[in-house]
Amino acid sequence: MNNLSKLQQILDSGQFAVTAEIGPPKHSSAEGIRHHAEMMRDYVDATNITDNQTAIVRMSSIAAGAHVLGCGIEPIVQMTCRDRNRIAMQSDLLGAYSLGMRNVLCLSGDHQKFGNHPMAKNVYDIDSMQLIDNLRRMRDEKVFFSGEAIKESEPQFFIGAVANPFADPFEFRVDRLEKKVNAGAQFIQTQCIFDMERFERFMEMVRERGIDQRVHILAGVTPMKSWKAASYMQNNVSGMIVPNELVERLKNAEDPKREGLDICIEQIKYIKENVKGVHGVHIMAIAWEEVVPEIVEKSGLYPRPKVG
Amino acid sequence: MIVAQQKPIKDIAQMINDCKKVLFVGCAGCVTVCLAGGEKETAVLASAMRIKRILENNPLEAITYTCTRQCDPEYIASLDNQVKDVDAIVSLACGVGVQYLAERFKDKWVVPALDTKFIGGSTVHGVWEEKCGLCGECILHRTGGICPIIRCSKSILNGPCGGSQYGKCEVNKDIDCAWQLIYDRMKALGKLDKLMEIQPPKDWSKSRDGGPRKAIREDVMIDE
Ligand code: SF4
Ligand code: SF4
Repeated sequence: MNNLSKLQQILDSGQFAVTAEIGPPKHSSAEGIRHHAEMMRDYVDATNITDNQTAIVRMSSIAAGAHVLGCGIEPIVQMTCRDRNRIAMQSDLLGAYSLGMRNVLCLSGDHQKFGNHPMAKNVYDIDSMQLIDNLRRMRDEKVFFSGEAIKESEPQFFIGAVANPFADPFEFRVDRLEKKVNAGAQFIQTQCIFDMERFERFMEMVRERGIDQRVHILAGVTPMKSWKAASYMQNNVSGMIVPNELVERLKNAEDPKREGLDICIEQIKYIKENVKGVHGVHIMAIAWEEVVPEIVEKSGLYPRPKVG
Repeated sequence: MIVAQQKPIKDIAQMINDCKKVLFVGCAGCVTVCLAGGEKETAVLASAMRIKRILENNPLEAITYTCTRQCDPEYIASLDNQVKDVDAIVSLACGVGVQYLAERFKDKWVVPALDTKFIGGSTVHGVWEEKCGLCGECILHRTGGICPIIRCSKSILNGPCGGSQYGKCEVNKDIDCAWQLIYDRMKALGKLDKLMEIQPPKDWSKSRDGGPRKAIREDVMIDE
């Protein structure tokens, strides 16, 4: 089995990467995942498999990742700090690596309050920064999180993290990104970008400090189906900024879905042309996976590079 | 201090439904300060129970007593005479006080009247906030005197997470984001560089995860 992540090879060779999100189902059939994976196979370099996103119980990201891998797409396994302690995290990640998964995305995870089990106990034994740091040590120093040696076959993950330029305090967002890179993050996926002006300011600070030279930043984009969806995100999702113009544009559109797709495609083209330091896009078409191929194609990102 | 709140009256009533004589025990410590289980609250609860039971045609004899501290054997010893003929003891102390009573009065039915919530203090009159998670190894010197263990909803040590916005926590707009507070304070103190240090995972074995804890001070122990 090839040891290197395909996503890593594409990014390290300086090509503009495309990733997309596949949300595992709220049941035990893999049919939908396979369908989405097959549809996306030739259009993206890797797919993120979310880890009980918004704290709603879904098929595990690693199990879903195995189905995706079986369809010939590289998964990016998401691992939140909400549901597992350091023992469970390491165990699951050893398992993921043994199944051929090479990319991990480390994140705090949405608080369980937002999900379908708000009465659950959360874990937060370690935080996302510590997860990144310890995954790097697992690979480079061959040790478990405790410092105990891993005698053989240490997992060599391509380590990802998230950054949210739209959360506060704004000035510290670049510091925190840098801190994640210092900890060992090799690629970054950003929160959905709707406020392009703020994202550009963020990237300017990133470039000033040369962080874009040390890590691959993938800009997160989300196509929106309706003005209601946009307005919901605007008002109810903490750490998101959705400008009014965007809501209005969708509201006035004759075909809002078409408009949502067009906006997303425009954004990708704009970012690729104008925002220096961005090394790829991450498309989060939430519960709308089938539009990913069209977005990729119309953004001029098709065909995707072949990796050996 | 320990902050507690009284359980709903009907829940307390339910616990002593079949008792004829009950002793209500308040505590003059923390629960007096947070207005949950002091002398006054004890008297009010006892009379509420008496009235309720009269209305239900099932009269209750309710007596009261308030200890200096219920979490101290010395101060609960004075209850020895009063508990003799009661069917139950309702404690208005924190969970510690309830357990001290249960341990001392082995043949008595001891029940809690309060929900013990957290340790913290009041911000304005009538509002108390949680401040310490009793983690067993204080790190306030690294976070500008603001506790991320309990005041950050995710106990993040290298925050803030991506849900922090306009100074508030993603969990609720009524909760200040602890990491915004830490950032502001470190900035004001000119110590932002400290926040760039990666805080290592916490040793939770010093917290409840290591099993029930004991603090031992041999130097103050009295040989018997
Ligand atoms: S760091 Fe630990 S001991 Fe210190 S205030 Fe927070 S929970 Fe309490
Ligand atoms: S918003 Fe702030 S307080 Fe809430 S979980 Fe995130 S870092 Fe912690």
